[in-house]
Amino acid sequence: MTGSICVLAEQWRGHMSEVTYETLALGREVADQLGIPLTAILTGSNARELARTLGAADSVLYVDHPLLAEPVPQPCAQALAQVMADRRPRALLVPLTNVSLGVSTLLSIRLGVAAVNFCKDLTVVDGQLRALCVMYGGKIEVTVEAGGEPAILGIWPGARPADKGRASRPASTIEQITVALEEPRVRLKKYIDPEAGDVDLSRQDVLVAVGRGIQSRDNLGLVEELAKTLGGAVAGSRPVIDQGWLPLSRQVGKSGLTVRPKLYIALGISGAPEHVEGMKDSGLIVAVNSDPRAPIFNIAHYGIVADVVETLPSLTAAIGAKRSVSHHA
Amino acid sequence: MHILVLLKMVPDVVEELEIAPGGKALDLEYLRMILSESDDHALEEALVLKERHDARITVLALDAPEVDDALFTALAKGADRAIKIVGMDAGLSTRQAARVFSQTIAHEPGILPVDLILTGVQAIDDLDGLIAPLVADDMGLPYLGIITRLDLDAPKHLALAVKEYPGAVRGEFEVNLPAVLGMQAAEKPPRYVPVAKVRATMKSRTVDCLPVPTLADGGWPAVQVVEMRRNEPAGHAEMLEGAPTQVSERLCGILAEHGLL
Ligand SMILES: Cc1cc2nc3c(=O)[nH]c(=O)nc-3n(C[C@H](O)[C@H](O)[C@H](O)COP(=O)(O)OP(=O)(O)OC[C@H]3O[C@@H](n4cnc5c(N)ncnc54)[C@H](O)[C@@H]3O)c2cc1C
Repeated sequence: MTGSICVLAEQWRGHMSEVTYETLALGREVADQLGIPLTAILTGSNARELARTLGAADSVLYVDHPLLAEPVPQPCAQALAQVMADRRPRALLVPLTNVSLGVSTLLSIRLGVAAVNFCKDLTVVDGQLRALCVMYGGKIEVTVEAGGEPAILGIWPGARPADKGRASRPASTIEQITVALEEPRVRLKKYIDPEAGDVDLSRQDVLVAVGRGIQSRDNLGLVEELAKTLGGAVAGSRPVIDQGWLPLSRQVGKSGLTVRPKLYIALGISGAPEHVEGMKDSGLIVAVNSDPRAPIFNIAHYGIVADVVETLPSLTAAIGAKRSVSHHA
Repeated sequence: MHILVLLKMVPDVVEELEIAPGGKALDLEYLRMILSESDDHALEEALVLKERHDARITVLALDAPEVDDALFTALAKGADRAIKIVGMDAGLSTRQAARVFSQTIAHEPGILPVDLILTGVQAIDDLDGLIAPLVADDMGLPYLGIITRLDLDAPKHLALAVKEYPGAVRGEFEVNLPAVLGMQAAEKPPRYVPVAKVRATMKSRTVDCLPVPTLADGGWPAVQVVEMRRNEPAGHAEMLEGAPTQVSERLCGILAEHGLL
C-alpha cells in the first residue's frame, strides 16, 4: 500500500454507502494518473462480505472489530491510524457524510498531517495531488495542496457517478488487519428511523422547495399554492425545518432526503453543498433568489433573480392559467 | 455543572465576497463577520441546559471583527462569563485555533473543571478540519458531532445525545463526560435578544481578554492554498429577466416545453 491512493469505504447499518463507490471512482482516476495502486480500507464488524464489493480497488484492507460495527469517529480514526501507520499511502479519501464526519480530522491529528475538508474534485498537476474545495456555503472555490503525506482528503458526495466505482468482481487481494481499540466513551444506544410523513418526497414528480429566503412562516401559504397548482409537494432546506415551519420528513439534503423529481423549484435557497447533494440530480431545476451570486444558480437550469415573496403570486397565477387552458384544450 | 461554548466568527456570505490581491484569501476589508450559525445553536443548547441543570456557562472566542458583539450578546442571553483570546495573527487555521482554545482551557485559572464543551458542528471556512474533534483530541476527551438533541445525566457523568444520519435517520448516543460535542441544531431556534439589552450588557458586564498562549509546536502541516476564486462555473443557469409577469410567462413556456404543465 506504500505510495497508493486509499479510499475509506464507508459502510453503515450493514450496507456499503453509495458514496463509497463514488469516491472509489474518483480514487481510481487519481491513482491511474499517478500510476499507483488504489486501496480500499473498510472498518466494521463482519466486514468480510462487504469487502468483496470493493473490486474497483486493486486491494482491500479490512478491519473486523465489534467496536467498529457502528461508525463512531474516534474508534474508527484509531483503527485507520493503525492500518495506515506503517503503510504510508499518498492519500486517503474520506467521504464527507454524516456517517463519517469527524473521522478525517481525527485521523489527520493522529498521523501528524493536514486534513483537507470540502473537496469536490482532485487533479494531478506535475505529479502533485491538488484538491478543488468548495467553501463559504458554496460561494468560493479554492485549489489547495495538502501539507505532507498521506494527504487526508474529505470528499463531498457526488464527486463521480457511483456506477463508475462498482465492479463485478472482488479485488484481487483482500486482507484482514487486526487493531487494538480503547474502550469506547461514545456508545450508540439505538437508531431512530424517521416517521413516515404525510407525503413521500422521493416519490414526487414536482417539488417546490423553500429556504430561509422565504423569511416567515406566514409566506408558506404562497408556496403551498404554487405546489398545489403544479400538482407537487412542498420541501424545505434545513433552516426551514429547524425553525419548525416544515416537518423533518420534508427536509432535502445531507441529513434529509435525496430526491430526483422531474421538476425542483428552489425558492430562497442559497445552494449550500449540503442541500445540493440531496437534489442535484433532479430533472429540471429552477431557482428564485434575490442574490445573483447565490450558488444555487450554478446547478439550476433556469434562474430568476427576484424576491421570492413578490414572485410567487404571479408565478402561481401564470401556471394556474396555463394549466387550466391546457386542461380544457 | 460547567459548560464551555467555543464561538467563531465567519464571513456573512449574504454579502459580496471579494478575493484579496494575491488570489489566495478573502479580502478582509469587504467582509462583514457574523457568529457561525451552528455556534449560535451550540450557545442556545448551553442556555437550555443551564435552565434545566443549573449550569454555569463560559463562552470563549478568538479575537475577530464583531466578536465583542457576539460575546456581549452571549452574556445578555445568559452566559456567565465571556473570554476573548487576543494577540494572535489573523487567519489562524482551524487546527491552530483548536490548539489555542485547548491550551487556554488547560492553563487559564478558573476555566477547568469543565463538564461539557459545545461548539458548532462545522463552520463554512473549516478548510483544514473541524474544531470539535480537534479540541477533543487535544484534551483527550470523547467527541461526537451533528448533534440535534442533548440532555445530561449529571450524577452518572453522561450526556445523552442525538446525532443526525443521512435520510432523516437519527442515532441516540451515550457519551462519557466531560466531552466535546459539535452541535448541528439546538432543540429550539436560537433565542433573540433585543439590541437594547445587548447595549445595556456592554455597560454593565465585561469580556475578559486573555493573551494567546504560546503554542509548543507551531510547525503543523498546513493546507497550502494555490488559488482562491469565486465559484462561477461555466454551467451557470440561464437567467430569466424582466418584470414578474414576463418572467412567470417565460417560465411557464419552459415548463410546458418540458411537459411539466
Ligand atoms: C452536517 C450538515 C448537514 C446538513 N444537512 C443539510 C440538509 O440535509 N439540508 C439542507 O438544506 N441543509 C443542510 N445543512 C445546512 C447547509 O449547510 C446550509 O446551511 C443550508 O442548506 C442553508 O439553507 P438555505 O439555503 O435555506 O439558507 P441560506 O443559506 O441562509 O440561504 C438563504 C437564501 O435566500 C436568499 N434570499 C433571502 N431573502 C430572499 C428573498 N426575499 N427572495 C429570494 N431569495 C432570498 C438569500 O440570497 C440566500 O441565498 C447541513 C449542514 C451540515 C454541517
